[in-house]
Amino acid sequence: MTSPIYGVMAEFDNPSALVKAARAAREKGYRKLDAYSPFPIEELSDALHLHKNKLPLLVLIGGIIGGTVGYMLQYFVTVVYYPINIGGRPLHSWPSYIIITFELTILFASLTAVFGLLGLCGLPMPYHPTFNVPRFAQASRNRFFLCIESTDPLFDHGQTVAFLESLEPKEVSEVAH
Amino acid sequence: MAEDQQVIDSPADTKIIASGYTFGTVTDQIASVVLSKKTPYAVFGAFAVAMGLLLLFLLAVGVLFIEGVGTWGIRSPVMWGWAITNFVWWVGIGHAGTLISAILLLLNQQWRNSINRFAEAMTIFAVACAGMFPILHLGRPWLMYWLFPYPNTMGIEPNFRSPLVWDVFAVSTYATVSVLFWFVGLIPDLATLRDRAEHPALKVTYGILAMGWRGSARHWSIYETASLLLAGLATPLVLSVHTVVSFDFTIAIVPGWHSTFFPPYFVAGAIYSGFAMVLALAIPLREIYGLKGLITDRHLDNAAKVMMATGLIVGYSYIMEAFSAWYSGNVYEQAASLNRMTGPYRFQYWVLIACNVVAPNALWFKKVRSSPIILFIWSLIVLVGMWLERFVIIVSSLAQDHLPSSWRTFSATRWDWATYLGTIGLFLVLFMLFIRLLPMISIFEVRTLLPQAKIKEETRG
Repeated sequence: MTSPIYGVMAEFDNPSALVKAARAAREKGYRKLDAYSPFPIEELSDALHLHKNKLPLLVLIGGIIGGTVGYMLQYFVTVVYYPINIGGRPLHSWPSYIIITFELTILFASLTAVFGLLGLCGLPMPYHPTFNVPRFAQASRNRFFLCIESTDPLFDHGQTVAFLESLEPKEVSEVAH
Repeated sequence: MAEDQQVIDSPADTKIIASGYTFGTVTDQIASVVLSKKTPYAVFGAFAVAMGLLLLFLLAVGVLFIEGVGTWGIRSPVMWGWAITNFVWWVGIGHAGTLISAILLLLNQQWRNSINRFAEAMTIFAVACAGMFPILHLGRPWLMYWLFPYPNTMGIEPNFRSPLVWDVFAVSTYATVSVLFWFVGLIPDLATLRDRAEHPALKVTYGILAMGWRGSARHWSIYETASLLLAGLATPLVLSVHTVVSFDFTIAIVPGWHSTFFPPYFVAGAIYSGFAMVLALAIPLREIYGLKGLITDRHLDNAAKVMMATGLIVGYSYIMEAFSAWYSGNVYEQAASLNRMTGPYRFQYWVLIACNVVAPNALWFKKVRSSPIILFIWSLIVLVGMWLERFVIIVSSLAQDHLPSSWRTFSATRWDWATYLGTIGLFLVLFMLFIRLLPMISIFEVRTLLPQAKIKEETRG
């Protein structure tokens, strides 16, 4: 069963009101909800219980892979593939490998951080229903939005709109698919 | 649904952000430079000059491709000449951008929020200019990919024990990470521009670049993690890059190069010159675009303080350089040190001492730090001083090393000048295009500085 709309959205003109609204919605039992703001708000992440994400773990793995690749690359080239005697140094001269190992650790970890960020956020995402709300363009300027999605088990068009109205927003609008 | 533009032109205040701003006004003020403000005439003038220098660069590179690196003044034994001097100078300038965007983020220095964007752009363009020199200096620049290890029919690979190969990895990683960090920081602001732009082509362009960012709280929470992680990665990276650059010298046994204090000395010098460039760019920028409420005197004051602190470290390094040469008991080190002060490059040496050791002490005085014009002149002095420092380190050591029979002094040719001035043109052209096309101040980070952004907690169940 698909719902005719994506959800309903309330607009606020200050971050405190949004945080309060998000808390109230969580307490009311809504779970499929998201808030939109023009800058990161730590209290909002608290209110929506958004504190854990997998990015640090991914970056750690990326860094370990980068370091291993860096070291193995140099080991393979200088010891196995193209061994040359330079000033009688041992072929496996690990102190000289440290810098490139370090640089590739950072490189791989950073690439993982950026692509991990995009991946976890599902970006690039050219279309999203929230963009159908004309006033949503202000979400990147000075307006704050709370959207309760229609997939939420507690979602009921009339009641949810009434609930959002009770939070004293500037405006409540429907979000079309 | 754009509301009316609200712009505050010149408030007088000493806070990080002048009072009176709202989320709407900071957005409009910064976005208006890109979207609606007419480009000031001064910018056209500056752009014409920069473009002229860029053409000079193309000419110099063209001549270099046809004639070879002999058009530069590099002759045995000074085979590095201006090319590597310029390389080290430019890479160093880039470091302040990463310091501001990464290290000051980790240290929770909020004043960085309104200067980090353009400082980071400065980093990227400075690294681009820096990269030109070692590549052109190769002699056959079109074979530069030989620097990287890749399976090839020649059956040869780079020597990973060489600091020059370390440099390839360090600088290319630095360039990549700087671009990534910069772009991640831009995403929310690109979304702002997408929503504010009126021309359909602009909407689409910024829309594609913003990748559908919509300011969702779920995204913001991951975004904040990513920013912190990238800052944590960029911090050791930036310190490592100039360390590796200094290894190009210290790993060699040339007198005047072979010492253990080069890495910290180079990093301090890099940040010193980088902050000078930040000031040299910020002071005219805020003047021309009326951004004094966002880049306030507080910012200039703080940047001047960082410049002075790193300048004092650099001054200390010069003293230690002379001391360790004397204390080493090594005649070659002693001779190299003495040659710098009294030899053919003594003029450059004493000018650099004046620029880097004497001049920064003026910044102890609040009067000096609070005058944008003096700070602007001072930052140019520092940039000159740091260029001379690199020149003296490279050229005086190479010109007079262990074997007096091979000594020869260096003299730059006009193509050396053309290439160097040309990269300044390249830098300025890229920078001015950036200012015209992207928000030069991070809009969303400035919003977080406003008093309204503080969450007022009432009842917490």
